[in-house]
Amino acid sequence: MKIHEYQAKELFKKFNIPVPDGSVAFTPEEAGKITEDLDQLPVVIKAQIHAGGRGKGGGVKLAKSMSEVKKTAGDIIGMNLITHQTGPEGKIVKKVLVEQGLDIAKELYLSIIPDRATAKIVIMASEAGGMDIEEVAAATPEKIIKVYIDPLMGIQPYHSRQVAFGLQMPPQTMKLFVAMLSNLYRLFIDYDCSLVEINPLVITAEDTVIALDAKIDFDDNALYRHKDIIEYRDIDEEDPLEVEASKFHLNYIKLEGNVGNMVNGAGLAMATMDIIKLAGAEPANFLDVGGGASAEMVENGFRIMLSDENVQGILINIFGGILRCDILAEGVVKAAEKIGISVPVVVRMEGTNVGEGRKILADSGLNLITAVDMKDAAQKVAQAVAG
Amino acid sequence: MSIFVDSNTRLLVQGITGKEGQFHTQQCVAYGTNVVAGVTPGKGGQKMDDIPVFNTVKEAVKQTGANCSMIFVPPAFAADAVMEAADAEVELIVAITEGVPVMDMMKVKNFIASSPSRLIGPNCPGIITPGQCKVGIMPGPIHKPGGPIGVVSRSGTLTYEVVHQLTLRGIGQTTCMGIGGDPINGTNFIDCLDAFEKDPETEGIVMVGEIGGTAEEEAAEFIKKNVSKPMVGFIAGLTAPPGRRMGHAGAIISGSSGTAQGKIDAMKSCGIHMCENLGSFGDLCAEVFH
Repeated sequence: MKIHEYQAKELFKKFNIPVPDGSVAFTPEEAGKITEDLDQLPVVIKAQIHAGGRGKGGGVKLAKSMSEVKKTAGDIIGMNLITHQTGPEGKIVKKVLVEQGLDIAKELYLSIIPDRATAKIVIMASEAGGMDIEEVAAATPEKIIKVYIDPLMGIQPYHSRQVAFGLQMPPQTMKLFVAMLSNLYRLFIDYDCSLVEINPLVITAEDTVIALDAKIDFDDNALYRHKDIIEYRDIDEEDPLEVEASKFHLNYIKLEGNVGNMVNGAGLAMATMDIIKLAGAEPANFLDVGGGASAEMVENGFRIMLSDENVQGILINIFGGILRCDILAEGVVKAAEKIGISVPVVVRMEGTNVGEGRKILADSGLNLITAVDMKDAAQKVAQAVAG
Repeated sequence: MSIFVDSNTRLLVQGITGKEGQFHTQQCVAYGTNVVAGVTPGKGGQKMDDIPVFNTVKEAVKQTGANCSMIFVPPAFAADAVMEAADAEVELIVAITEGVPVMDMMKVKNFIASSPSRLIGPNCPGIITPGQCKVGIMPGPIHKPGGPIGVVSRSGTLTYEVVHQLTLRGIGQTTCMGIGGDPINGTNFIDCLDAFEKDPETEGIVMVGEIGGTAEEEAAEFIKKNVSKPMVGFIAGLTAPPGRRMGHAGAIISGSSGTAQGKIDAMKSCGIHMCENLGSFGDLCAEVFH
């Protein structure tokens, strides 16, 4: 799960990680009020959306006077911000973070992530602060410091010193940095983060260390033990159909194509998307109904796929293991009776109780196209949408 | 021959009295697996069908000589269950549970590195040696006993699809296993490839991967130097958008890392016959393995 920068900074404050003074504003007036309370200028006004590259897209601006604060906040709130992470359609900005401007001496990069290959926690740091770390990694990999930590041992002072010396931290900020890093590690562990990133982390002219930016992603599997983080969820940042699907525990991701597809199991679902494309059509979504799907889940999945206006055909591909084909068939029939089927539907079923499943579909009198295998199914649905 | 499980496997099931644990235990018994014990804390002394239930794994192992554990406990307790089994030195631990927090798995992985146990999963369908022993949730009848092909995959139903196509063309399997769709898992591709290479009855290997991480790329490096048997491969997720978690917690393209194309290229470079259209997987296998 992703959260906003201002929310991440709230968590930083809880863990004694220094951030600039500031607050979130939903209107230009609120931005003005925050500036008054800060009692200093200039301030930085930052668009709050769940995507990186906000500065380049024009979503981060400096304001030097009160009138500029209100004007700039007014410009950013409501703008359609396009960055390399939002996609070409962009994202409407609904709120901004208003923060004190700082006198910056040096910008650094710092992040903590779990490393899949070693099962260790890795701290990554670089003196190339403010830059995209992927670009730094590609161009000058030697400039990235990586320190691996055994989660059973936890962070030790020498880990932090390795990072600090690697960053050529000036002696007068060393202590502050080491304390900040161990707090950051604690936050990472305590909240089951999948990413904590500060880009840039700045050393100010006064030799303090401050997180100018803050990004935190959380492990969805661990949210059950962090109710306070679930409160941070912002459904404005999610696709409405994905929000709807999440209510029914459906793994649904909206894509741009014209063939809706419903599959059991994530790997098979991806492979089904791929084969749709190979057959000459484009997948409209990823939808994994999972192993334990009920007829109700299937029905809701069907309804959600059909609410996507781009969908001109549907492919249902089920390999019955835990999810039995008869359950799937019942769900399809119920959904079709309730909402009606407005587009061609191709069904391919195999595995547990496939005979019963096929019989339910055949007896339903519904106008379904049956397929014998995946290749057949993909070709039939591609033909159907081609007209 | 086969790898990791066979007719000598003596299975215990952690979480045997839960709905899923009960159902799949019965399915494994029906397939012919020798299920000797169950563990549910607080229900020791009871029986599930004719299988004795114990409070702890240690007790179950001591009383029944179980050498393999299948785990069905809910995600919040799964790490604890794996570590309990490892502490009791159960040789093979198969964790079916989906949704285990990454941080828990990191601890488990580092803990288990110093124990004699092998972990498969979590978030996996399990492992089957057709005709001998099924430890997992896969449908038994789609498999064909007698080899000569070993199957290893990160997926569940996609593995069934691949196995089904093999069986339809009369190609049997030595052992089929899913290593799980999570970012951090126990046994990896390399462990399985190494075992299949050393298994005299396995004459060819099927490897199925998906987007996310670098496990396939690392396996490709290993294959170059260590695998002589013919291989057929498939990678799911060519059409998956970057930055999105595609159902499996581990199936996510981060920046330029973990793409399907990168994995396909790596696997091709070590001589694996890569299947481009899953619909023709069986045809390609028939061609390569004959």
